[in-house]
Amino acid sequence: MAQVSMTVNGKTASGEVEGRTLLSSFLRDTLKLTGTHVGCDTSQCGACVVHVDGVAVKSCTMLAAEADGADVATIEGQANADGSLNVIQQAFQDHHGLQCGFCTPGMVMSAAALLKENPKPSEGEVRAYLEGNICRCTGYHNIVKAIMAASGQDVSAIAAE
Amino acid sequence: MYNFEFEKPETVADAVAALGAEDAQALGGGQTLIPTLKQRLASPAVLVSLKGISEMQGICTANDGALCIGGATNHATVATEGGAYPALAATAAHIGDPAVRNRGTIGGSLANNDPSACYPAAALGSGATIVTNTREIAADDYFQGMFTTALEEGEIITEVRFPVPEKANYQKFLQPASRFALVGVFVAKYADGVRVAITGASNDGVFRWSEAEAALSANFAPEALDGLSLSGDDMISDLHGTGAYRAHLCAVMTKRAVAAAS
Repeated sequence: MAQVSMTVNGKTASGEVEGRTLLSSFLRDTLKLTGTHVGCDTSQCGACVVHVDGVAVKSCTMLAAEADGADVATIEGQANADGSLNVIQQAFQDHHGLQCGFCTPGMVMSAAALLKENPKPSEGEVRAYLEGNICRCTGYHNIVKAIMAASGQDVSAIAAE
Repeated sequence: MYNFEFEKPETVADAVAALGAEDAQALGGGQTLIPTLKQRLASPAVLVSLKGISEMQGICTANDGALCIGGATNHATVATEGGAYPALAATAAHIGDPAVRNRGTIGGSLANNDPSACYPAAALGSGATIVTNTREIAADDYFQGMFTTALEEGEIITEVRFPVPEKANYQKFLQPASRFALVGVFVAKYADGVRVAITGASNDGVFRWSEAEAALSANFAPEALDGLSLSGDDMISDLHGTGAYRAHLCAVMTKRAVAAAS
């Protein structure tokens, strides 16, 4: 066992981990931050996406020990300070970007990472960026629409197929 | 996965020392190794992360113009900062997905030598030099078959040097489920000739298509490849495509790469 310490959503978090402890396990089981979902556990589905030092990673395919000293952001830290939904989260609600909601934490975190590096993405760029985030409910159209809307672009022309 | 000790040295020398331990294994970005460990297909006693080694990070240009990429540099960095070799940056920009590109490293990809990975085609197609803690290995000598390389036990890829060609392009036909290359072709035109490297197709891993190289060295145009074909007999054959289908794709994707080369 080894001691790891990292910043999670702005607060210091530390705990004992085995070498094999995944970042997703540390977040969910040790820190009880269960908003980060584990879908496939094989780095395909993207439900576990969090930000490590500002970039999107699949937390099921990173060791907790690798994140020692890192700045980690999860879905729990995304809402505004007053508890209201942030722009991306609100857009997902407004545009019906979720149905069962299982993939949504990863979708929101990927969307946040995308808009940070590309504030006004095209529809094609949004779809390309979501290559590693799988949703089995929505068919993606409303997720793409929500992210476009969150970027401040007019989405009235995008069909809700 | 089975448990292991985790170490994160800060220098190549310390990493080499750590890898001297029994059943020690180097860890790049872990995008292949961690899933492998989960399946219990590997059970190292010690995992030595190479990501904390600052001298293995980043991109620079050598005096001879070659693009030098630190072994622990992730794909996203090559995609955004590798502009001096546009075809290589474009190749890196389409490996895996954005989150995978933020973790996976060039050294890890080349050390693993997955028969369907993109970087082996780029390295072989560019005649890159694989620099390790002990020596420099020409790409032509480095790739030795599926998941097999010239690396010795405990040897670390510290840097990869890519000579920058006049023109190059990588064309990947996606395997629709995994998004790995069903067939990927890297074509690069240098002053002294053209190189064509193909991934995803052969049972022996990445390989050069010498017949196409000769034809393209004489005339760098898609029609120079008319009539040339590869045999599918020794190619990967699975539910995603037969060997014959992959052999056909090799020719098609090579033509597309030549047409798109810039």
